[in-house]
Order: sequence, then C-alpha cells, then structure tokens
Amino acid sequence: MTRQFAAEFEDTESLVAAARQLRQDGHLLLDAFTPFPVTKLDAILNVKPSKIRPAMLVAGIAMAAFAYGLQWYSAVVSYPLDVGGRPLNSWPVFMLVPFEVGILAAVISGLIAFMVNCRLPALHHPVFDVVGFERASQDRFFLLTATTDADQQGNTLRHALEQAGALSVSEMWSA
Amino acid sequence: MSAVVEQAAVKAPHPWLAADHESYSAVTAAISDPILKRPAGNLWWVAFIIASLMVFATIVAIGVLFTQGVGVWGVNTTIVWGYAIASYVWWIAIGSGGTLISSMLLLTRQRWRAATNRFAETMTIFAVAISGLFPILHLGRPQYFYWLAPYPNTMLLWPQWRSALVWDFWAILSYLLFSIIFFYIGLLPDLATMRDRAQTTIRRVLYGIFALGWRGSARHWRAYETFHKTMAALAVPLVVSVHSIVGLDFAASLMPGWQESIFPPYFVIGALYSGFATVAVLSALIRWGMRLEALITINHFDAMAKILLMASIIMTLSYGSEWFTAWYAGSDADRSLVRYFFTGYYAPLYWLLLLFNCTLPQAFWFRAVRRNIPGVVAVCILVDVGMWIERILIIWNTLSHDYAQSMWRHFHPTLSDWVLLFGPLGLFVFFFLCYGRLLPAVSMYETRKLCHDEGVA
Repeated sequence: MTRQFAAEFEDTESLVAAARQLRQDGHLLLDAFTPFPVTKLDAILNVKPSKIRPAMLVAGIAMAAFAYGLQWYSAVVSYPLDVGGRPLNSWPVFMLVPFEVGILAAVISGLIAFMVNCRLPALHHPVFDVVGFERASQDRFFLLTATTDADQQGNTLRHALEQAGALSVSEMWSA
Repeated sequence: MSAVVEQAAVKAPHPWLAADHESYSAVTAAISDPILKRPAGNLWWVAFIIASLMVFATIVAIGVLFTQGVGVWGVNTTIVWGYAIASYVWWIAIGSGGTLISSMLLLTRQRWRAATNRFAETMTIFAVAISGLFPILHLGRPQYFYWLAPYPNTMLLWPQWRSALVWDFWAILSYLLFSIIFFYIGLLPDLATMRDRAQTTIRRVLYGIFALGWRGSARHWRAYETFHKTMAALAVPLVVSVHSIVGLDFAASLMPGWQESIFPPYFVIGALYSGFATVAVLSALIRWGMRLEALITINHFDAMAKILLMASIIMTLSYGSEWFTAWYAGSDADRSLVRYFFTGYYAPLYWLLLLFNCTLPQAFWFRAVRRNIPGVVAVCILVDVGMWIERILIIWNTLSHDYAQSMWRHFHPTLSDWVLLFGPLGLFVFFFLCYGRLLPAVSMYETRKLCHDEGVA
C-alpha cells in the first residue's frame, strides 16, 4: 500500500526546487496545490495539455451549422416568405445568428470539458483534511507525493521533503 | 554611480502595486477582509437605500408601461424609437466595453489588468442584463417576446430571421450567458479563497458550493488557464459581433444617417469608449470604498486615460466620416440631415455631444490630468453622458428629419421616459453594491501572481 504525503512550502521557488530534486531522486510526485498558476510545475509533474479546445471547436461549429440549417429550413422549406424579392436563403444575414450561438455553444461545451477534465464539482477531497491546507488558496504551496516500493514506510520520502525545505509534512489519508 | 542608480530603481514604487513589499497573505487580506470582516459602512447603507428607491421607481414605471402601453412614452408615429433604444445601446455598449477591456488586456498580457478585470466583467453582466430589458420594454406587446425564439407552435410560424429584432435576441442571449460563464470562471479560484477564509459556517458552505471544490491543483490550473484564455480569445469576436449587430439595427434600414457601412465599427469603438470610461469611474469608487489604494494605483488611471484619449480621437474621426460621406455621396436627404445636426431642433445637444466626446477628453494629452483621479472621473462621467446623447441623437435626428417633410416632428420626453432612463442606473448601483459586499472586487489569484512575477512578494 502506498502512503501519500503532502508537504507545505513557503514560496514557489522552494516548491519548484523541491519538486525537481525529488523527481530526480526517483520519488513519486502526484500533484501540487498553489494559490496561483505556476507553469513551471507542468513539466515537472508531467501535466498533459487538456483537450478543452478541440471540444469547444467541435461544439461551436456543430451548433453554428445547426443554427444555419434551422434558418434555411424555416425560410426556404417550411415557411417561404418573399420579402421584396430577396432570396429565400438570405445567407449574408443568416450568418449572424450561427456566429453568436456557435460561440455560446463553444463556451458551454468548454465549461463542461473543463469540469470533466478537473473532475469538478467535487466538494470534498482527502487533501482538504491535510493540516493547514486552507492556506493553499492563499499563501502556501503544497506538494503531494507518494511512497514507492523501495520506501514503503515513507521515511526516506519524509526526510527528502524536509531536507528540500518543507515547512511541514503531513500524511494524506485517502477516504 | 551605477550602484546609486540601481538603488534608486529599487526604491522607486512599483507602477502597479503601490507598496515595495506585499506578501500573498497581505494581498488576499486587503481584498477579502472588506467583505468578510468589515461591516458595511453608513455610506453603503445610504447608497443602498437610494438605489433601492430607484429600483422601486423602475418597477412601478415598468408596471405602468405594461398596463398602459408604449403611449406613456414620448414616442409618436414618426419618432417610433425613443429613450428605450438609446438606453439599450448605451447599456450594452458599457457591457461590451467591460468584456473588451478584460479580454483584450488578458490577450495582450497587460500586467495591470489584474486590478480592473473583475469589476469590468461584473459591470458587463449587470449592464447587459439591464440592456436586455429595453428591447422587451419597447415592444408593443411585450408579453409575446418569446415569439422571437424558434419553437414548435400551434400557429405554425417561424421567427423572421432577416429582422434586426431577432438578431438582437440571439446576440443579447448569447452574450449574457457568455459573460456569466466568463465571470464565473474568472471568479472560481477566488471563491475557493473566500471559502477558506470565511469565518461563519453559512459563508463557508455558500462559498464552498460555488467554489465547486476547487483546490488549486497543478492539473486544475493548467486546464483553467487553457479555458480562460480561450474564452478571452472568443470574447473579442463575440463582442465585436454583438455590437456590430446593434449597429446593424440601424444600418440595415433605409433611413438617412443610419444606412452607413461605418455603423458597425463606429458602434464598437463607441462601446469601448463608454465602457472604459465607466470602468475608470468604478475603479475610483472601488479604490476609495474598499481602500484598495495599494492595488489600484494612479498608474492605472494614467493607462486608462491614454486608451480613452485614443478612443476619443477615433470617435471624432467617425463623426467626421459621417459628415464627409453625407457631403461626398451628394444625397439631399443625407446632406440636409447633417445640416440638421448642427442647426436643427436638437442642435444644442449635438454641440454638447461634440464637447463631451471629442473636445474634453483631449485634456488627457496632459500627464497632470491623467494622474488626477477626480479629473479623470469627471471627464469619464461626461463621456458617458455624451455617449448617451450620441445614441439618442442617432435616433431623434434621423427619425425627426427623414425623407418626407410632411412627417417631420419632434420628440418630447415624458415622465415615464425619464424614470426609465435614470431608474436602471439605480438598478445597476443596487447590483454593484450587493456584489461589493459578497464577492472580491479585485481578482486575488491574479494579484498574487502579479506580486510573484514582479518580485514584490
């Protein structure tokens, strides 16, 4: 069974340095929790780019196509109305509504993709029980690590975290 | 020598953070404590009561309008549009300005946006929601406004997709929902901070629910940044299209002074102009009301005043192009309309418009004016007034002076017009006062990041 430890750091620099060091030494890094985005962590923690944008593109284009199709069907097939001899399929003005609703659909699908990607909403998570974690949204930086087979009790890991400048190290109990 | 210069550089106050050392917790406390710890002051209550009275007056005026019909307004068979449409354009322009500011500054990586983007986005939501009221109010039979949506109905009818009213419906709807999502995503990490700092259970639970369990994980931040930036990139074409549609409401007609291909971009720049002016006024109010002098600095006003100056010059060029096109195209109706601008019944208002929108903002050429907050606020309020006059004159001038001389008539506003002009301002203030007591007025996570990147934390 692996044990997970959350280490608290004072600033981004010590967090990033510690994460680099631990990774080099073969420890298992799971995640980091910071009060603002720290892009340097992405490479160290191997965070993959999300697939939010492709989802937005597909949904936006699909919705725009649907809206155009709806206008075309209503104006040409279902209820043709000759207004001063204008073409029934008045495509220049029929572009306006698809553009607006296409962007709206892209954003709504992006919101859903973002939630799925982050597995939110999830009002509780074991990391919230870590002592002092409420400061992860304010002024403290946390690194979540897990023990490996070579170090089942986590003594080496705890030592390495403290050595790397962690203010405190506490175990995270999975629910 | 170089050491002296270096020392001086270190001592100089930071342009966007008026403190040489700000810890993350100090920044967080400065923004969240006014909400979580300090009670609302007496001034807040006075403002709240006045705003509530204005909201009440608006509700009564809408009730009268809905029971009596649009005849309670000054509109007549010639001037079929009045205050409602001018206010609609004015409010949605302020909203568009808020989005443009927030998204363009994000995309162009303007570091100072952290202090202003939150209330620019908030302003957008309230302004767009208010603007959405007016097209419904101006309908003869507002109870049927849902006919604008395509839904299977027993009349077997479809919306008329070539109608500007239908474009407005989709534009406002899409834009309002977009703005709410954009605002909410921008707020999400700050809601988590509020949850973690809240001192009462009820607040912890409420902020907690809206924070959705945000925990600032590296994976979350990566997805967050992708989504937030993509939305900002979409916001720019969306706002430009929404406001172009507002311009097309006029330009797609056949009226002199309206049927101009410059209208869509001219409306978009007008939106940016009045939006920025309103953000500057709100910045000053929030800076003073929430004691955020360390985060909203004099340099922010300087930067906003420069953008306003640029927008003012483009507005002036747009007016000039209107006059030029009327003369150059040679149509009698257009030429006589431009003469009517300067000499007709509404000419005093037109001169006032030129004074407020074109002349006064030229004061921003001077650094001393840009760095004087009361001065910037005064000019901005006058710009907002000038932009409302511009919208009402677009309507009045053209409709009062169209092709048939026998139809020429004037508009005389009624009490209902005036109440529905000023009442919604109270609604806006009412929303904003509630927002100021519930949600952080400045983005906390972005300010923390700014402190980190600028090395002041």
